[in-house]
Amino acid sequence: MKRVVFSVAVAAILAAAASAASAQTLNTIKTRGSLNCGANGTLAGFGLPDSQGRWTGLDVDLCKAIAAAIFNDPSKVKFVPLTAKDRFTALQSGEVDVLARNTTWTSSRDTSLGLNFTAVNYYDGQGFLVRKSLKVNSALELNDAAVCVQQGTTTELNLADYFRANKMKLKTVTFATADEAIKAYDASRCDAYTTDVSGLAGERLRLANSDDHIVLPEVISKEPLGTVVRHGDDQWFDIVKWTHYAMVNAEELGITKANVDDQGKSDNPDVKRLLGTEGKHGEALGLPNDWAVRIVKHVGNYGEVFERNVGQGSPLKIPRGLNALWNKGGLQYAPPVR
Amino acid sequence: MSTLGSGAVPTTRPKPPLLYNPKVRGIAYQVVLCAVIALLAWAAVDNAADNLARAKIASGFGFWDTTAGFDISQTLIAYTTTSSYGRAFWVGLLNTLLVAGLGIVFATILGFIIGIARLSKNWLVAKLAGGYVEIIRNLPLLLQLLFWYNAVLKALPGIRESIAIPGGGFLNNRGLFLPEPVFLPASRAAVIALAVGIVVAIGYRIWAKRRQMRTGQLAPVGWVALGLVIVLPLGVLALSGFPVQFNYPESGRFNIRGGMEVLPEFMALLFGLVVYTAAFIAEVVRAGISAVPRGQTEAAYSLGLRPGLTLRLVVVPQAMRVIVPPLTNQYLNLTKNSTLAVAIGYPDLVQIFAGTVLNQTGQAVEVIAITMAVYLVISLVTSGLMNLYNRRIAIVER
Repeated sequence: MKRVVFSVAVAAILAAAASAASAQTLNTIKTRGSLNCGANGTLAGFGLPDSQGRWTGLDVDLCKAIAAAIFNDPSKVKFVPLTAKDRFTALQSGEVDVLARNTTWTSSRDTSLGLNFTAVNYYDGQGFLVRKSLKVNSALELNDAAVCVQQGTTTELNLADYFRANKMKLKTVTFATADEAIKAYDASRCDAYTTDVSGLAGERLRLANSDDHIVLPEVISKEPLGTVVRHGDDQWFDIVKWTHYAMVNAEELGITKANVDDQGKSDNPDVKRLLGTEGKHGEALGLPNDWAVRIVKHVGNYGEVFERNVGQGSPLKIPRGLNALWNKGGLQYAPPVR
Repeated sequence: MSTLGSGAVPTTRPKPPLLYNPKVRGIAYQVVLCAVIALLAWAAVDNAADNLARAKIASGFGFWDTTAGFDISQTLIAYTTTSSYGRAFWVGLLNTLLVAGLGIVFATILGFIIGIARLSKNWLVAKLAGGYVEIIRNLPLLLQLLFWYNAVLKALPGIRESIAIPGGGFLNNRGLFLPEPVFLPASRAAVIALAVGIVVAIGYRIWAKRRQMRTGQLAPVGWVALGLVIVLPLGVLALSGFPVQFNYPESGRFNIRGGMEVLPEFMALLFGLVVYTAAFIAEVVRAGISAVPRGQTEAAYSLGLRPGLTLRLVVVPQAMRVIVPPLTNQYLNLTKNSTLAVAIGYPDLVQIFAGTVLNQTGQAVEVIAITMAVYLVISLVTSGLMNLYNRRIAIVER
């Protein structure tokens, strides 16, 4: 009889676990005292821990900004390094609260995985890295080439599509991680390595002789990289989305890490609403009213974060391009705080 | 004398009430346990389905016929990027079976050689075999696979410095490229000759065995079988004017096209699995041979058998009874270890199906369930076959 009671108890626990899944993410994070952020872990400029275990990168800074908005402390983040293959499962199962891992926003990922994309924090596209000695000037000359690629990415599908559309033959060699794929390319297993252009810039620097390799001019796909949350918690969805928009709005309004305190005295109504001296826009999100001040003070505005991690202040030296503000010829555009 | 019939003890005891009947109680407990397990299983399935529906995660097996859209480097059956996920599943399964099947054959051969070598009277041979076993089986397989893969990639020359193999083949770090024989319709006679040769060779062996039992005369079975299986079809082929064409590999701008291609990932995985599993099989073989009593060998010697014949006719048949059950375990291990292919880019079932397909469709529950079922079936079939073989070689009680 004891056995039966025990079994029924197990069944009851299983059933209870089902209903707890959609609880308030923000409250869980506050109780836990830290944000669990799914990050890349091997991609320079986006998510990479240094030798002391300090994480840096564009995606990493977004998680730090969320932690700053909630806790007023950007260090209250636990970064979980995820492979491309495992990232969605980790988010679905609740292992991480938010996925900020250079993840391309596609319709099937948005609709069939039980996930929601919040906002695009980097507009990217897929490119090819080849050896200069091949004397190839265009991706259209890659007929019959062997290409190393990482598994579980849109890259893998775009590659096949591009070669099929241009009636070229292809030999794909697929690896579980970008690390293994780039190593195999470095060992001449493949003629080309393909991933997002931003990734190519970072990976190129890790090769034995980076000057022997060039990135081909073709960009063969649209890769809007965004942050992802689970379905079912709209408040949390809003917080993650507006953290990015706060950083973009701050850049547009000229609010920087250095001048954010002075800007608090500004008379500009846009600035006042963003920094919480007018209105209750932070409270509407479930955050303190000075949420944007915390983000900019601890992490910086979007432009600062971009230049520090992937732009001129970093070894990657990627130009703003599509990621410039909308009024400077780019695509980064944030709805107004009002 | 008269007391015999007295004190009439009743021959049957009264039946205990049903509640205290141990047999009834036992059955009742088992029924309850089964019901609870069924309930738990149902609750788990229902809970998963409920959660998937709540999180709006797609479920069901509708993805099977959807276009896969990704490329696979090694396909034993026709596959293009427009094939379905179901087709990709079969490609992955065949790749797994290929590496596991070849791995089992080569690991068995290498394992037997090393296991016997470890018992050799030659000090150097025995120590070398012992060193091999101790080094290989004490290093993690994943490290060994990465080592062999990098060894293959680094040691072999680049595509432009390919090593030309006499007869039109190439070897480089993109793989081994060999001419592929294309059999024209006229070569059908040779295929029939091969089939006839195999049947006749088997019949001859049975006849020779019977004659040996009857008269003690030995027949040259090996030479006759070689003649029937190899020389006869080749002769027919020559008579019909060699109706075989070769599809030679040719270098293109980047890669070598045409011919048969053996991927470096496949070579590294097969080599790693064979080397690793052979170390365990060697120990199984050594244990089996050591389990045969010394007296058996001495008896064989005293009958005038030479050491080679003693090993083949007396020791190994008895050792097999000890060897086969643990050998089955090693075969299962090799098959399951082949899933480490994912680390070195070999497209096996786990890499293609539980990797890319899972990620593209997002249907983890279905994909993982199918993958686990496949490995379960492969393992059960393997151990079923080995059990059949074990029954054949087991001691026949007379």
